[in-house]
Amino acid sequence: MKDFKLNSKAPNGELHTKWEDYKKTLNKLSPEEANKYKVIIIGTGLAGASAAATLAEKGFNIHAFSYHESPRRAHSIAAQGGINAAKNYKKDGDSVMRLFYDTIKGGDFRSREDNVYRLAELSVNIIDQCVAQGVPFAREYGGLLDNRSFGGVQVSRTFYARGQTGQQLLLGAYSALSRQTNAKKVKFYSRHDMLDVVTIDGKAKGIITRNLLNGKIEAHSADVVILATGGYSNVYYLSTNAMASNVTANWRAHKKGALFANPSFTQIHPTCIPVKNDFQSKLTLMSESLRNDGRVWVPKKKNDTRKASNIPEEERDYYLERIYPAFGNLVPRDVASRRAKEVCDNGQGVGNTGVAVYLDFKKAIEEKGEEYIKEKYGNLFDMYQNITDENPYKTPMKIYPAVHYTMGGLWVDYNLMTTIPGLFSIGESNFSDHGANRLGASALMQGLADGYFVTPHTVMDYLAKEKPGLGHKAEEKEFVDAIKETEKDIEHIMSIKGDLVVDEVHRELGKVVWDKVGMARNKEGLENAINSIPKIKEKFWKNVSIPGSDKDMNQELEKALRLKDFIELAELMAYDALDRNESCGGHFREEYQTKENEAERNDSDFKYVAAWGYNKNGKPELFKEDLKYNNVKLKTRSYK
Amino acid sequence: MNINLKIWRQKSNTNEGKLHDYRLENVDPNISFLEMLDILNNKLIKEQQDPVAFDHDCREGICGSCGFMINGRPHGPQKATTVCQLHMRSFNDEDDILLEPFRAKSFGVIKDLSVDRQSFDRIISSAGFVSVDTGEASEANKISIDKNNADEAFLSAACIGCGACVAACKNSSAMLFTSAKVSHLALLPQGQKEKTERVNKMVATMDAEGFGACTNTGACSAECPKEIGQTNIARLNREFVKAQVSNLFEKK
Repeated sequence: MKDFKLNSKAPNGELHTKWEDYKKTLNKLSPEEANKYKVIIIGTGLAGASAAATLAEKGFNIHAFSYHESPRRAHSIAAQGGINAAKNYKKDGDSVMRLFYDTIKGGDFRSREDNVYRLAELSVNIIDQCVAQGVPFAREYGGLLDNRSFGGVQVSRTFYARGQTGQQLLLGAYSALSRQTNAKKVKFYSRHDMLDVVTIDGKAKGIITRNLLNGKIEAHSADVVILATGGYSNVYYLSTNAMASNVTANWRAHKKGALFANPSFTQIHPTCIPVKNDFQSKLTLMSESLRNDGRVWVPKKKNDTRKASNIPEEERDYYLERIYPAFGNLVPRDVASRRAKEVCDNGQGVGNTGVAVYLDFKKAIEEKGEEYIKEKYGNLFDMYQNITDENPYKTPMKIYPAVHYTMGGLWVDYNLMTTIPGLFSIGESNFSDHGANRLGASALMQGLADGYFVTPHTVMDYLAKEKPGLGHKAEEKEFVDAIKETEKDIEHIMSIKGDLVVDEVHRELGKVVWDKVGMARNKEGLENAINSIPKIKEKFWKNVSIPGSDKDMNQELEKALRLKDFIELAELMAYDALDRNESCGGHFREEYQTKENEAERNDSDFKYVAAWGYNKNGKPELFKEDLKYNNVKLKTRSYK
Repeated sequence: MNINLKIWRQKSNTNEGKLHDYRLENVDPNISFLEMLDILNNKLIKEQQDPVAFDHDCREGICGSCGFMINGRPHGPQKATTVCQLHMRSFNDEDDILLEPFRAKSFGVIKDLSVDRQSFDRIISSAGFVSVDTGEASEANKISIDKNNADEAFLSAACIGCGACVAACKNSSAMLFTSAKVSHLALLPQGQKEKTERVNKMVATMDAEGFGACTNTGACSAECPKEIGQTNIARLNREFVKAQVSNLFEKK
């Protein structure tokens, strides 16, 4: 790897026409030719399902894998708030350029210009496609599509379906996928965990899976492999991700040579239901859209134990409105989260634990009526009441930041291909579009842009240069060896028979990552984490206990196989955060902040993507992709 | 609080299952039902026993993975709530709580409380979509949709495919699930072109999968965690009759 240089392969030319011009230069295959190729897609959330459907429409034979029972269970389904698109329906001056700029700025100038512009450009096609599929977006009384605002922007460009936008978009992509299953162009492998990627002559040619029903380890070969495997927030143990969301597919790819970019760029979402006790298994997000009508505040007095209703207006600190008069409650996520931590650390937190702030709808209910609030956020309010046993129409919600999304992921070039030829990574699983902080309503946008509109072209171009169905068979040495490796790992884990339940080790790991590589980081803490994580790894391999057999459904074994990779990833996250001696977006290094406690970026030394190579024998190896900004001016983000 | 659990344990589809008793003491009423099961499972693992298998993922009531019978009711006693959103405060100290998998011919037991609901996917893939390739769509706002219709379509589309409706029905009918998708698309202009074919194919697949007949008892809607309404079934029936009539004319 010594002489290896990262090349984004972004084409030259005018930003506005780059993607369209580039598309014309890509190789095409007719449906008859495409029919000779086999494509493996792992994960069937927004990115995976939309890519599978579209590539199948173009004639490719798709083998789609998921550890879920059905594609409709993927975690994209839980996205609440909405999806951005530069349609400018509200005539408030929105444009592709503006969405591009907001996203680059929101990401604190740590993302690639060309990718982000393409994303903004494709946003409009996504809405068209989804509407054509029958996605029931919210509409105005006149019958046209409705929009709302989200954090970090001053226009209304977010399309939504109540608080269930992710569900409706996923069901749309799932229906397109189902249509192709019906047409026999997609074969869906339900309840299969991908445990390794197989390369032949340096190119990705297949995967190893475990059938979760009978434990069978199987090899599957293909002409190209696409990872649409989501993010790794569960490295923190507690996050808003679904229980099974994991990094395994990406980590296995990383160990086979795919570089992992910006692993420490994780998003802490400001509005989640706070942790209540030690049994907590996961955290629940309350959509950012709530900040359109909810006001964030804490008591001015420290350790104020009065009920919210007993604290008079003048003794409340609406700190976001105070510090950021221009954006108020709608500042980006990283800013809102850090400020919540700050007031709680200062003793102004509320609730039993003192680790929460209020999100108050009183004013909006008074001004717009309870019906209006119910129509807009009804299901979120119900969910809140169900979990906390408190009525948010009557008393303010209590919220606190929680890990929600990971901007980091596999390094990909402009074609969304990783550093392993023939291995693509799309949606949250890659690093490409959100820099150091993702703006609200743009994860759904990226998943669908990658799946519907980017990969179909770039994967086709890659395949057009590959001979189809070279006859790589699962009996070949590379596959046989990979199966053996996987079986050995499983045998090892089953044989430990220690006295720790997988979750106990995971909780311990989560605490280290949250404390040291969470909302605020510093050199000492990160070094500390690099020291302590290997000890957790040792504990796992010595003391973990898996009951039952690996030859039938074994949910503890599934968890253990995921945790072993999370532990290794955690160490890389700490290395990455330690390397980046600056603060940017969600990466807040306490040593680097302004007098007003804002993130202090260092563009002269850190204007790069940190892409890490796996090193079996020690410290990971860093490769830098320098970021070039030809169309935007680097500025200090200000939301004041 | 203390609780007495009776849980259906079944190693696999080919093994026979039976109920086992478990007692949990000092359960915090503020934890969720699945967190209670996590605690039980941790205890079982520590005692070298096989933990209880159950499906779950988002724990936010939206993915549709979770679902089993609690004291004879799908998703338990609380209205409009999935198991994962149910909390122990819905139960009393020293309650007996019976947990069984969803029972239906078309949902085979995989292990313990986990069942196979892929028959639902096959119903959707038979025709539960609008045939539009990526990139073929026209400008979104060219289609204007009456807000009431759009809202109505959304309510039908909110189905999470958990299977509670089938488990609640004495005939194990999948009518509510199927009709929700038929309705969602029948209410929108995008769904008009294929509506005859859609209802015919989806009903045929539903029957072929072995789901029972609908006798309009309304048990499905009453137990649905997303409150998918009975009106969907009426709408499917209307669409189905219209499709039969148009079939007749076509044959002539």
